[in-house]
Amino acid sequence: MWLIGGAILLLILWGSAATLASGRYSGYHWFDFIVFGLAQGSIYALIALGYTMVYGTLRMINFAHSEVFMGGPYTAYFVAAAFYSSGFLDQHPILSLIVVFFVSMATSTGIAVLLERVAYRPLRNSPRLVPLITAIGASFFLQYTFRGLYGSGFQAYPVVKILEGQWALGEFRILKFQAVVIIAAALMMAALYAFVQKTKMGKAIRAVSEDKEAASLMGIGIDRMIVTTFVIGGISAGAAGVLYALMFKQVHFFMGFIPGIKAFTAAVLGGIGNIPGAMLGGIFLGLVESVGPSLFLDGLGIVAPYQLKDAIAFTMLVLVLIFRPTGLLGERLAVKKA
Amino acid sequence: MKLGFGLWYNGIRVGLILGAVGVLLALIGMVEAFSQRSVISEVISMGHTLLLLVGLFAGYLATKRATRTDSAYPMLTSLLSGLVVGGILSLLVLLGSLVNLRKIFINASPLLYRLLAFDLEPGGGTIVLLLFGTLSGLLGGLFYLVSPLVHRVLGISLGCMVVTGVLQDLLRPTFALWGPLAIINDWLYATNGLTLHGAASLFILIALVTYLWAKRGGTLQAGFQRLPPARQRLLRFSGWGLLALLLILLPQILGLFLSEVLTIVGLYVLLGLGLNIVVGYAGLLDLGYVAFFAIGSYTMALLTSPELGFFHFSFWGALPFAIFMGVLFGVLLGIPVLKMRGDYLAIATLGFGEIIRILVLSDFLRPWLGGAQGVGKIPKASLGAIEFGTPQQLYYLILAGCLLVGFISWRLRDSRQGRAWMAVREDEDVAQAMGINLVATKLMAFATGAGFSALSGAIFASKLGSVYPHSFNVMISINILCVIIVGGMGSIPGVILGAIALVGLPELLREFAEYRLLVYGAALVAMMLLRPEGLWPEAVRRAELHEEEAEGAEPNIPAD
Repeated sequence: MWLIGGAILLLILWGSAATLASGRYSGYHWFDFIVFGLAQGSIYALIALGYTMVYGTLRMINFAHSEVFMGGPYTAYFVAAAFYSSGFLDQHPILSLIVVFFVSMATSTGIAVLLERVAYRPLRNSPRLVPLITAIGASFFLQYTFRGLYGSGFQAYPVVKILEGQWALGEFRILKFQAVVIIAAALMMAALYAFVQKTKMGKAIRAVSEDKEAASLMGIGIDRMIVTTFVIGGISAGAAGVLYALMFKQVHFFMGFIPGIKAFTAAVLGGIGNIPGAMLGGIFLGLVESVGPSLFLDGLGIVAPYQLKDAIAFTMLVLVLIFRPTGLLGERLAVKKA
Repeated sequence: MKLGFGLWYNGIRVGLILGAVGVLLALIGMVEAFSQRSVISEVISMGHTLLLLVGLFAGYLATKRATRTDSAYPMLTSLLSGLVVGGILSLLVLLGSLVNLRKIFINASPLLYRLLAFDLEPGGGTIVLLLFGTLSGLLGGLFYLVSPLVHRVLGISLGCMVVTGVLQDLLRPTFALWGPLAIINDWLYATNGLTLHGAASLFILIALVTYLWAKRGGTLQAGFQRLPPARQRLLRFSGWGLLALLLILLPQILGLFLSEVLTIVGLYVLLGLGLNIVVGYAGLLDLGYVAFFAIGSYTMALLTSPELGFFHFSFWGALPFAIFMGVLFGVLLGIPVLKMRGDYLAIATLGFGEIIRILVLSDFLRPWLGGAQGVGKIPKASLGAIEFGTPQQLYYLILAGCLLVGFISWRLRDSRQGRAWMAVREDEDVAQAMGINLVATKLMAFATGAGFSALSGAIFASKLGSVYPHSFNVMISINILCVIIVGGMGSIPGVILGAIALVGLPELLREFAEYRLLVYGAALVAMMLLRPEGLWPEAVRRAELHEEEAEGAEPNIPAD
């Protein structure tokens, strides 16, 4: 087993060395890769929060979280498009962005709460595979419901003018919207972290994730706390969704699937149930995915390495699950896996 | 006062929930798509049946809740819930006639409003819709209150009537092939859907049969038990013989299109039986199962296709290699995930499945696997002079595969290996303490399942004549999972039933195809919530899942 791990590590090192020696990419390239990776990674981190918090309280993978992430921006698209066609977006860009964010977060939260109420709550004490299968079913149900409601095509998100262009940062240039994505995601994460660590409600959530029964004996409403974690997950997924849509300029009913799995990877990477871990894991994954194909694979002489960037993410998922299932930071919840 | 509140609360709550369901069904386009197919010609379409079912269910549920809380007026509650459902749908029609919802909801077309309002103006239409809702709610409530016998007879005969109407494309050509039976066609079917008199006579016939069966069924079974063992065995054998004869003659009876459907169902049965071993027997949730299907297909393509030109094996020459590759990869992918349990395993296997698809799709492996264009010109299988080319011929190949795999799974289930799998499924730690080798047991499950899947993949490749990476996405894994869960995990007849219901039916109902995954998703959730053991469960599993109920002794189980 460790032999495989060592071989992969060696391959990565060799590939990186070969790429760097060939000097095909300049420092500017690497800077771009890193900024893009940071932007993408902070989006993953926001989604990963939802996975990690639900896992913390319910010990289940909310497979349908990727649809919570998709539903928000897809619904908010219609608001954004309406603002764009009426010219409101160009006149009051900040205000309309706030409205778009709000709509997205509200929709995602609504989906998350409904999901918990209809699909997960009745199954809370059933065998482990049952809620997971339910979540998979709910995920596909939601995907195709949105497809039925809004159609199966790609919808182009309107361009926000103030987010176009670049900022100069000394010698380097940074795309405005990437910077905005990073800053917005960082603010969100800081706020959520503060909420979970500093407020009384956050404390209650942490108590529920440590021990449900003891928490309930201390007078904490379990159901309410579980719903709260779904609400927080929904809010962060809704925000992440709009950021994602602004970055890739489109929405689609299937857009949640891949980021969802990657965000789950990020959550596992940081140690599932561990909130700062999910944030770090997301950013780390984003960086590896953006830098990785050029750094590791190019040097090995693989054609069109960029096509394999998803394969890198999935390989990382499998490797982490095999070698360090408690994640890089270690699982905060010291419970036996049943 | 409290009773009065409960009455209002129940009716309105159930009505609101199901009204929302009705609006959702309308807005995702299901009602409109389904209304092209009539159940009873010029009386009721499938779309309206769908809405009627929503109303009926609202009444049924409201009454059920009302009787539970000892409300004095269960009928009033059902009426109220039906009214609310009708009201919400009317609101949709009114809203749609004022605002153009189509900018957001692509299926909110004028046609939909016309359908909802029964081809009337919005004003008159909404009144009819309200009445329709109230009436359906009332009927649903009545349906709950009638005696269990009437309940069952009504349910079955109405269900059969709807199914006969909906499946006319299947039944009509079948009847037409048999001279004397063609008369049934004329009596039963109009150009689209059942005729009114046909529906009525069918309803009465089936109601009579179910009624007599309910009265006499017990004595029939007792009579069978009373027969001497030799006669019993003879009867059982002749039953199997009849089934075998039917299976052999089926493609001849059914014609080209339906045979094609049968081959697809057969491939899914093969896949389902394989996954059944991994998930159903051993309890290892594998979401990357499609990978082995892909490996089987690609091995077949690689070894036989002249397009790549590495090898020129025949189908039969390549088949063992395809299965071997499947088994090999089953073990290889099984080793790293041995220590994982439950949900981690599911995600890791999902990752594997995607990695394989991405690798096959990439330009990197293109010279060997054909990239996005896939591999073509895979020769057909042949046995002596018979070539398995047309669906009717392929059917026999797939049937043989299914029988073989079904036989193996059946024998494995009660073998030492099978019992070890089930022990691992129930509790790994206890199983290990009992001396079961976890590594060997789990790898065996992965390998067997992968081998079956690769066999299916190999047949699939020779059936299509070409393989593309896009045929092997994660949806296939999910479809197979649905098949075995709906059918009943661990149950062989369940897998077959699941494949027929989930793969066969959508092929027959073309307008259904677009909503296939939606229904699959809903079916997964509904099965887990209501009937986690599946439609045709294994006896042990059913007993396990209903232990408490059996102890609680609930005599009046609603028949469904």
